Amino acid sequence: MANVISDETIEYVGVLAKLELSDEEKEAAKKDMASMLNYIDKLNELDTTGVEPMSHVFPVQNVFREDVVTNGDDRTNILQNAPGEKDGMFIVPKTVE
Amino acid sequence: MAKQYETVIGLEVHVELATKTKIFCGCSTAFGGEPNTHTCPVCTGMPGSLPVLNKQVVEYAIAVGLAANCEITRYCKFDRKNYFYPDNPQNYQISQLYLPICRNGWVEVDTPDGSKKIGIHEIHMEEDAGKLIHDDWEEVSLVDYNRSGVPLIEIVSEPDMRNADEVIAYLEKLRLLIQYLGASDCKLQEGSMRADVNLSVREVGAEEFGTRTEMKNLNSFKAIARAIEGERERQIDLLEAGKEVIQETRRWDDAKECSYAMRSKEDAQDYRYFPDPDLVPVWIDDEWLERIQAAQPEFRTEKMARYREEFGIPDYDIEIITGSKHMADIFEETTALCNQPKKVSNWLMGETLRLLKEKELDPEDIRFSPKHLAELIALVDEKAINTNVAKEVFEVMFEEDIEPRSYVEEKGLKAVNDEGALRKTVEEVIAANPQSVADYKSGKEKAIGFLVGQTMKAMQGKADPGTVNKLLKELL
Amino acid sequence: MSLLDLTAVKLSEKIKAGEATVPEAVKEVFSQIEAKEELLHCYVSLNKEGALKRAEEVQKKIQAGELRGPLAGVPVAIKDNLCTAGMLTTCSSKILGNFVPTFSAQAVENLEAAGAVILGKTNMDEFAMGSTTETSAFGVTRNPHNPEHVPGGSSGGSAAAVAAGECFFALGSDTGGSIRQPASFCGVVGMKPTYGRVSRYGLVAYGSSLDQIGPLTKDVRDCAAVLELIATHDKKDSTSVKREDTDFTSALQTDVEGMRVGIPRDYFGEGLDKEVKEAVLKAAEVLKEKGAVIEEFDLSLVEYAIPAYYTIAAAEASSNLERFDGIKYGYRTQDYEGLHHMYKKTRSEGFGAEVKRRIMLGSFVLSSGYYDAYYLKALRVKALIKKAFDEAFAKYDVILGPVAPTTAPKLGASLADPIKMYLGDIYTISVNLAGLPGMSVPCGKDSAGLPIGLQLIADCFEEKKLLRAAYTYEQAVGGFLVGKEV
Repeated sequence: MANVISDETIEYVGVLAKLELSDEEKEAAKKDMASMLNYIDKLNELDTTGVEPMSHVFPVQNVFREDVVTNGDDRTNILQNAPGEKDGMFIVPKTVE
Repeated sequence: MAKQYETVIGLEVHVELATKTKIFCGCSTAFGGEPNTHTCPVCTGMPGSLPVLNKQVVEYAIAVGLAANCEITRYCKFDRKNYFYPDNPQNYQISQLYLPICRNGWVEVDTPDGSKKIGIHEIHMEEDAGKLIHDDWEEVSLVDYNRSGVPLIEIVSEPDMRNADEVIAYLEKLRLLIQYLGASDCKLQEGSMRADVNLSVREVGAEEFGTRTEMKNLNSFKAIARAIEGERERQIDLLEAGKEVIQETRRWDDAKECSYAMRSKEDAQDYRYFPDPDLVPVWIDDEWLERIQAAQPEFRTEKMARYREEFGIPDYDIEIITGSKHMADIFEETTALCNQPKKVSNWLMGETLRLLKEKELDPEDIRFSPKHLAELIALVDEKAINTNVAKEVFEVMFEEDIEPRSYVEEKGLKAVNDEGALRKTVEEVIAANPQSVADYKSGKEKAIGFLVGQTMKAMQGKADPGTVNKLLKELL
Repeated sequence: MSLLDLTAVKLSEKIKAGEATVPEAVKEVFSQIEAKEELLHCYVSLNKEGALKRAEEVQKKIQAGELRGPLAGVPVAIKDNLCTAGMLTTCSSKILGNFVPTFSAQAVENLEAAGAVILGKTNMDEFAMGSTTETSAFGVTRNPHNPEHVPGGSSGGSAAAVAAGECFFALGSDTGGSIRQPASFCGVVGMKPTYGRVSRYGLVAYGSSLDQIGPLTKDVRDCAAVLELIATHDKKDSTSVKREDTDFTSALQTDVEGMRVGIPRDYFGEGLDKEVKEAVLKAAEVLKEKGAVIEEFDLSLVEYAIPAYYTIAAAEASSNLERFDGIKYGYRTQDYEGLHHMYKKTRSEGFGAEVKRRIMLGSFVLSSGYYDAYYLKALRVKALIKKAFDEAFAKYDVILGPVAPTTAPKLGASLADPIKMYLGDIYTISVNLAGLPGMSVPCGKDSAGLPIGLQLIADCFEEKKLLRAAYTYEQAVGGFLVGKEV
């Protein structure tokens, strides 16, 4: 049951992941992903019926903050690494047409 | 014969919670700061930063869920919703998909056809996005993350509504519940309450739902009503023309009264939700739930019944006053101070409503304090000022919440109740208006009104008209 | 005798005793760096000026008696995925090539508060994705034992720097073996603590449910001392666990009498290099001679750890790395048409091949229609693996095995076949899935002179058992000679 990754799938995943792959990279990605998925399919050998998916290893719960303001104005630091800044804000390409 | 269509509407309502800090960091949620001054590494998605949940958010969400008759999910988790957009600094929003905190609730709304239950599918907690400002000079957009991470609850209804009236009644109901809980101020215009409308049409009698669209950017009840009408017509036109409705998100342009699709090939609408590994689950035990249940406030229906019983004010007044939690609070606090429910109600129903309307404000915007209103009522009772002066003072109080007693002193508005001073003025008025005096003496009772008016004028309004009347009659 | 021959704890003792100074130690370590860096390339960036200035301050504080801890005055190297305020933090990626954090990771803050002096940031596989340090955007790091070989990864720069005397100890991070495997390849001590033991605040996330910060050191005592400093509860990390049992140096005892040591047969099957196998079993014999009860057993599920791990890690990574979009920090592409093109171009130019490969895989396994079949399935297998370990730790105090199937491969030999490279993580990965503490301790060399590592695994929060076993072994073999032989 070998996985075959189509051009459409690679295109679609590229949209999701915001990656623009060259044709060469796309071909490699198709091959890589198919072989990884074939490998991952090995998990299907295991019967996991009735097994709860485990996100956290420990049953830690209810970790909270109290609703108290602890941060002040940190704008200079926040903007320090911005590739583009104007009027105390981050510059981005125009988001409306 | 033309086909008959039924509109089917479900709502996704986002409510900004009234916490002091954001959902996952200690930044202030206050409005109006300079851009990015209420931000930190967490709410701007800096590498290495991690979220920690604000407990108050959970408490508000549970309280709203209980008020809306929901089942509380005892073990709930946060999931990441992945999508790229600049207002979302991590490019994923922390939300709840798999185990939302509340499910299967309902609220009862009053409609022109009687009361109706609207089902609530779920309520989940999530973080708000930042704000994009469009810079027309440089053809760029600018991002301000002050709102990024402000806590929201999203209340998802069942598709139980059939027209705009029901939708607005439902929103009003939610707004009141949440305001009564103090969980949010729920202002549509300011965006602390936002509604997305899911709408489909089907032929009357059909069992299946039609294809729905989701409409965003609705920031007033009027816009919601217009958008519902517009979208209903658009979908019917499509069906009548033999075309299909496409399931999509549309943006309502209230100025142009039309909606347009928000699709692009870069929006795959595949959010790849998965449990956020940076946050641990929330476990709500019986004790916690009972504590919140016990702290639930008196809601409107109970409050109305109590007002009828306790205060003896007209039903209409009760309706209006309890229609805003803030106004009801002012009513109760003022009454507690002066013990004159009728007079308090009169100030609220009269001058307060008049000024709110004149200044286009909501009852939530009332700023004067109960203490000052009680003081104003006392001033009138003591005859320290007359009603007209009281109204002037109230108007200033409405704007600036001044302390009426010292204001009256300072501005010299105190009524002159010293009979000696008053008698002198009355004598002068009598001397100056022989014609009116003659008229009165010849039996024209009305002429005394003119004399009272002249005296008040001479006293710059600071006399008690009753006392003036009494003195005039005496001296004539 | 050079200061560089000292362990971290010994150096600090000498400084506190007035027999050496912090600036001397820093200068000496920088001359070593200058001598070796051109060949080895352990560091992405160096903090020479800052370190010298800080050395003076720390020296004063030590003299004033304000700093008395076991690592006061010790120069340290920090993996480049740990945020350091005011110091470049690139994750060895072009996309963060110019990123200077405004805050430091909690673990780094703890070290600085204890008087450690940061020398610089060490090279790594880009975003910790790799097992050789060859996926770094800034060039490879070479193994100090043989520069034709890789140092392992992803904390290859940290391991190599410790081995080459270019620092006295280092911090690394371990998501699937990234501390233990390079420690093994470079012949140093490395520990991945229990998940939640060390705050992840300030660690640039790869696989958030698997990542853990830990020490790379010259000996077991240093390892305990570093762990003791960095294992503090942190309210900024919801997964940080509050524990009282953090007096790790108290576990430095040569006593394994009656300690139950399990050797999983599944770790010694096909694929394991013969020399590695012999060295590891010989180490087990040493512990047995010291009174440990050694027993073979079947751990089971070992071959499922890798596919489960790559599914979970790739999924989390695809989401964690979404924030690198050219807006708030880091690299932004020059020419683009509109927002989405900017995103795509920035990310495609900013990330290397291995990172893109994992982001693509992760995005796919989470996408509509595949979530249950891949992601949830992997989380279920994770639960089974955890259960297998629970059963093992009902019988054993410590599990003993190899760190990696082979010694360090040659440069350029691994990247061609990703799955083969992933298979190299077979003994380390399940420890991360189950949240367990694991440790790599040098246990000899192969015939080519490359170090071999012994892996010790304990149940959650049982780091002390690891330290006791490792310390007993270390004392029995007469020390590890780290840094003295290369």
